[in-house]
Amino acid sequence: MPETRDITLTVNGETVTATVPVRLNLVDFLRNSLGLTGSHVGCEHGVCGACTLDVDGATTRGCLMLAVQADGCTITTVEGLPAHGMAGALRAAFTERNALQCGFCTPGMLASALEYIGAGGAADRTAIREHLSGNYCRCTGYQSIVDAVCDVIEGRARA
Amino acid sequence: MSGPKLSFDQPNRYIGQPVPRADAQRLLMGRGRFVDDMQAPRMVHAAFLRSPVAHGRIVSLDVAAARRMPGVVAVITGADLVGVVEPYVGVLSHLAGLRSAPQMPMAVGRVRWQGEPVAMVLAQSRAEAEDAVAEIHLDLEDLPAATDMERALDPDAPVIHPEFGSNLAWTRTVNVGDVDAALKGQDITIVEREFRFGRHTGVTLEARATLVEYDPAEDQLTVLYSGQAPHMMQFIFAKHFGMLEENVRVISQDVGGSFGIKIHTYGDEIAAAAAARMLGRPVKFVADRFESFMTDIHARDHAVRGRMAVGRAGHIVALDFDDVTGIGPYSMYPRTSAIEANQVLNLTGAPYVVPNYRATSKVVFQNKTLMCQYRAVGHPIAMAICDGLLEEAAAAIGMDPVEIRRRNLMRDDSYPRTSASGMKLDDLSHQKALEKLVEMMDYARLRENQARLRQQGIHRGIGFVSMVEVTNPSPMFYGIGGAPIASQDGATVRLDAGGGVHVSSSVTEQGQGTNAILQQIVAGVLGVDIARVKVTTGDTRTTPYGGGTWASRGAGIGGEAALLAAQALKEQVLDVAAVILQTQADKLDVADGSVVDAGGGAARMTLSDLARTVYYRGNELPSDMKPELVATRHYRVTDMPFVFTNGAMAAEVEVDVETGFVRVVNFWAVEDCGRVINPRLVDEQVRGGVVQGIGGALYEECLYSEDGQLLTTTMADYLVPMAAEMPDIHVAHIETPTKTSILGAKGAGEAGTGGAPAAVMNAVNDALRPLGASIFQMPMTPARVLAALGRAGH
Repeated sequence: MPETRDITLTVNGETVTATVPVRLNLVDFLRNSLGLTGSHVGCEHGVCGACTLDVDGATTRGCLMLAVQADGCTITTVEGLPAHGMAGALRAAFTERNALQCGFCTPGMLASALEYIGAGGAADRTAIREHLSGNYCRCTGYQSIVDAVCDVIEGRARA
Repeated sequence: MSGPKLSFDQPNRYIGQPVPRADAQRLLMGRGRFVDDMQAPRMVHAAFLRSPVAHGRIVSLDVAAARRMPGVVAVITGADLVGVVEPYVGVLSHLAGLRSAPQMPMAVGRVRWQGEPVAMVLAQSRAEAEDAVAEIHLDLEDLPAATDMERALDPDAPVIHPEFGSNLAWTRTVNVGDVDAALKGQDITIVEREFRFGRHTGVTLEARATLVEYDPAEDQLTVLYSGQAPHMMQFIFAKHFGMLEENVRVISQDVGGSFGIKIHTYGDEIAAAAAARMLGRPVKFVADRFESFMTDIHARDHAVRGRMAVGRAGHIVALDFDDVTGIGPYSMYPRTSAIEANQVLNLTGAPYVVPNYRATSKVVFQNKTLMCQYRAVGHPIAMAICDGLLEEAAAAIGMDPVEIRRRNLMRDDSYPRTSASGMKLDDLSHQKALEKLVEMMDYARLRENQARLRQQGIHRGIGFVSMVEVTNPSPMFYGIGGAPIASQDGATVRLDAGGGVHVSSSVTEQGQGTNAILQQIVAGVLGVDIARVKVTTGDTRTTPYGGGTWASRGAGIGGEAALLAAQALKEQVLDVAAVILQTQADKLDVADGSVVDAGGGAARMTLSDLARTVYYRGNELPSDMKPELVATRHYRVTDMPFVFTNGAMAAEVEVDVETGFVRVVNFWAVEDCGRVINPRLVDEQVRGGVVQGIGGALYEECLYSEDGQLLTTTMADYLVPMAAEMPDIHVAHIETPTKTSILGAKGAGEAGTGGAPAAVMNAVNDALRPLGASIFQMPMTPARVLAALGRAGH
């Protein structure tokens, strides 16, 4: 049997204790052990951004971190984003702009966009495109996503 | 328009409105239901041993050690499936002469492409299944591989299926007019170019995935399927497992992108279903990214030599080309791998008056991943050949590329008519689209800007494409050739007791907004608030029978069926209301969820009251009244093989002549998809399609070594468009409704992908022309641009 470790962490405000194989990555743990299937797996080597989530305030690839490394961490996934405030406004803007089609990239795209907006990023289309360039979207062509981020920054979107 | 007149601007009329999609919030909250999100009791995970070589003979396959690994439930080989799965052959009778060999889900005896499944491990977790795959001992004798499609027909090439005597799968020639005589004409200019279109693939962010359950008590197979055509897959599972079709249920919930990738018969998915039947327990298979690159169908892969002759005034005199395309070792089942070549022959030159047209395509087998239909099947090749040659011809005779199009595009008042290849065309607007495009992009100013920048050593180019797109296919596409692919679709619309409406449709949703437009259509026809309309798609047990969503048919065909069903339900509702209200049905209407006096009159009763009367208090109705508050209608295109759309697009690019990098600075698209049901969704289809087309033009390529090893197996090696490289894309519409339906909607899903590559290629050549260079190979990578500039190796 593969080696295991016990971990305790906070996920979307809940304390979670689990015994995990040391080789299990964080996103597989969240999806398969906790049922938090909002974080998606696209490439498993940190390129596509579908598993992007928040670990201790830092935007992180869920596929490039092991579950054992998350011991003691505080994690927010798409399921834990609040309905109000910036996250709510961003969801409203994504809906209004149709900034998602199949929705598979969307949880990771929201995480990266919230990082940009939260850091005080400007409604500068080139800078937004640069920031989102770690998140692959095959459906939209990105323009509507940039529009949605600008809408939030410029106060046009409300939760 | 042939059908009854519809007014689209009354209360609850949502057609033409940019209504947000109802399912967006669910996906934004992380509450999607993708296949890999699902778990089933006693579920096991499949992992595959795949062929490491392009061509080989299986000498021995020893799975004993793998069976002893922790967590392993079973190991199944290709030979174990003989007699369990009936082999399949990817041919269709209307593609005369097309041949392919029988395929099994996993290799038996021989492997014919790197990545072909050889054996499958079923284990408690995917990780344990992969651990055990590593313990399978496969001994292969290497065989010579035919990988280069242009050498696959050489006399000394290894023949992949010896029984065929050569690697030729199919060939077709179209010959209209007299090309040879036209090419000898006086005062003509002939341009001849060689085009190359690399292989690329769909890179759906959600990889192919399946979760199959089998209940032996009822001989019931239930397949959670990430794909586009549930009824087609129902047929395939039933036929090849020897089951009754009604005992196979195929369900597609959320699908994380498809683009034509997830509409084929993949051996690993069939094997996973076979394992579920053999083990009597659920089996999940989810491809990892490596498996996606190696085993999802690849697309394009054409080499074309083409020439065009134009007269002194720029009129096309003749168009002539030879195409060869490599499809891997088999024709894909059941759609075949010859449809793309067929489309290239059918579509090249279709926007223009081409008096003499000759084209040949050869479809060849090779030891690479199978090639098949992917978004905009054949279109990028067809548009690049004709519009590439047209802009070269314009340059050769010193004519502006817009002017040469004005002189050659079919006139907007000249329909119905046929293209040179015999395609029936109607309701198109090429001239209007071109003029709108030129106005939108401010063409004269762009040319001035280009000249000014060139003096500063900045090399910008402007390129165009005028295009057609095949949409709303009739039975002539697949059904005629014997494929189990419905061309008609159905919708059932039901009024429930609470006044809500339920739509069940056989078209499917992969993010385009199918469910949203069905809501818009039904809410509008019935006269109810859109929030009261709920939609079910993607389940062979609960929806009407139909083809699903592909070839840009969801809105045009599925939408029309929904419209007809909603009209029928409305008539039924008004018949009941007339009895209850003791008036005539034609004096009533429905608005805002209530039966009202016709002509904008007062509300008489709510739909909920009406439905509750029918469902709960039938005693209030006359005994001879048999009310029905559910209606089903089906629709297929009957007047035409396809309903073509048209578009005009332009790209402005900047070429860095030092590095070879091409940047798309601007992109414009004018699309005529007939009636626009939801402008926001259509715009986003066009934008997403354009970006996929730019990807094919500049970045994306499945590269192989000479011996057939795929070299681009990660997203770090295979480049897809990311946000920073892409421009904003300006979209405008012309609405010429098709006369084949009441709704008048045509498809819009593939235009961008079909047209953008030609526009970008023409723009790059416009930038390179003053430097005496040109490039006709996609993707136009920096190395290839530098080579075109004679700077390779510097």
